[in-house]
Amino acid sequence: MFGRLADIAGNSFTVKDVADTDRLINMLHKTYPALAKAKYVIAVNKQVITSNTLLNENSVVALLPPFSGG
Amino acid sequence: MSNANLYERYHRQIILPDFGEEGQQKLLKAKVLVIGAGGLGCPVLQYLTAAGVGTVGIVDDDVVELNNLHRQVLYSVNDIGLSKAETAAQVLRELNPEITIICYNERLTTQNALTIIDEFEIVIDGTDNFSTRYMINDACVLLAKPLVYGAISQYEGQIAVFNFRKYRDDEAVNYRDIFPNPPKEDEILNCVEAGVLGVLPGIIGTMMANETMKLITGVGEPLSNQLLTYNALDNQVHLFTLPAGKETRSLIPKDEAEFLKTDYVWLCSPSLSDVEIDFHEFNSLMEKGSADVIDVREPNEIPVVDEFAHIKIPLAQLADNSRLIKSDTVIAFCQTGRRSLQAAKILSGIFGNTKKIYSLKGGITQWRKQKQPA
Repeated sequence: MFGRLADIAGNSFTVKDVADTDRLINMLHKTYPALAKAKYVIAVNKQVITSNTLLNENSVVALLPPFSGG
Repeated sequence: MSNANLYERYHRQIILPDFGEEGQQKLLKAKVLVIGAGGLGCPVLQYLTAAGVGTVGIVDDDVVELNNLHRQVLYSVNDIGLSKAETAAQVLRELNPEITIICYNERLTTQNALTIIDEFEIVIDGTDNFSTRYMINDACVLLAKPLVYGAISQYEGQIAVFNFRKYRDDEAVNYRDIFPNPPKEDEILNCVEAGVLGVLPGIIGTMMANETMKLITGVGEPLSNQLLTYNALDNQVHLFTLPAGKETRSLIPKDEAEFLKTDYVWLCSPSLSDVEIDFHEFNSLMEKGSADVIDVREPNEIPVVDEFAHIKIPLAQLADNSRLIKSDTVIAFCQTGRRSLQAAKILSGIFGNTKKIYSLKGGITQWRKQKQPA
């Protein structure tokens, strides 16, 4: 979790038995409603994804919010 | 500039393997535009000037403030109140008189962005808000200019290189491929609200200067189509690869004419429905007691409002008198709610996210009707 998302959901944690990113996001939004309102991009194993992606037990998922500060 | 000078000034980088005189010549011929001379802009400008980038443009319409000095290290106490672009230029010219610095002491808008950006080869985004960032991104896609992107928030930073193809068949990613649409400005904290560690823009900005050097000289691997994240607290660095999204092309203005008509500020501002408040919302804000209420009507308009305390600032004088507004919550009203909506837009432009700004829907006319149903 990066930026403000870490304030909402913690820095990192492990989940089990989640088949793909759509399911993962659904689950996260239910657990952390504030996440549902946040804007972010999803990366699986360091690759930013643009559509639902399968996950396995070694997948590392990152949620990245946009920053604007300068 | 004499060759002897060249050798002496840049000696330490010229002797680097792979860099050489050839690398230095490329730097000297390069034209780079740095948009924003703040937290990110200062280190970028400093290091690119020092390295000998031949032409450096600076765009910034802001002035130096005391609270800048913990992180914007080109400036000093003697510069407070002075133009950032011009002050930076002065400092940089003393650091390296042999390069050309071009100052744009103005705000980048759709009206000047394409003209200014087209004069340069590489663009560096050191701005601090989404509407400008999206505008710069779109302009760079339209003009096919590589864009070195950097952004910070509290203790974390992001860097990427957009619109750059290392090899002819590469896809060039742009910012919209990751974040197709801007968040509303009030969805994201800015530095005023969230805070920022002074060294962070120093680190990220210097990395942006590094990426720029790599683009110009061809030495090393720039972050082309990649996003680097850095966390100053735990030193975690992550590299993410980015996909080029063909669908996002439609979000970018397709030509200059369309670009000129795009309102980037509107794209990022809170929606109108968040700004207008009704009778009940108005009353509950008033009950909290901390809002400044502004009557933006002309001085002699009736009805005279005596039901609640307020300040009278006619709409035309609002921008010049914004300092009269002290509270963090501001409600503008007028006769029917139209002028106060204008007022709210003006005040949002001035105060940004630092204040909550509202407009009384239906104006005092509607409010009185609801207060005393006939």
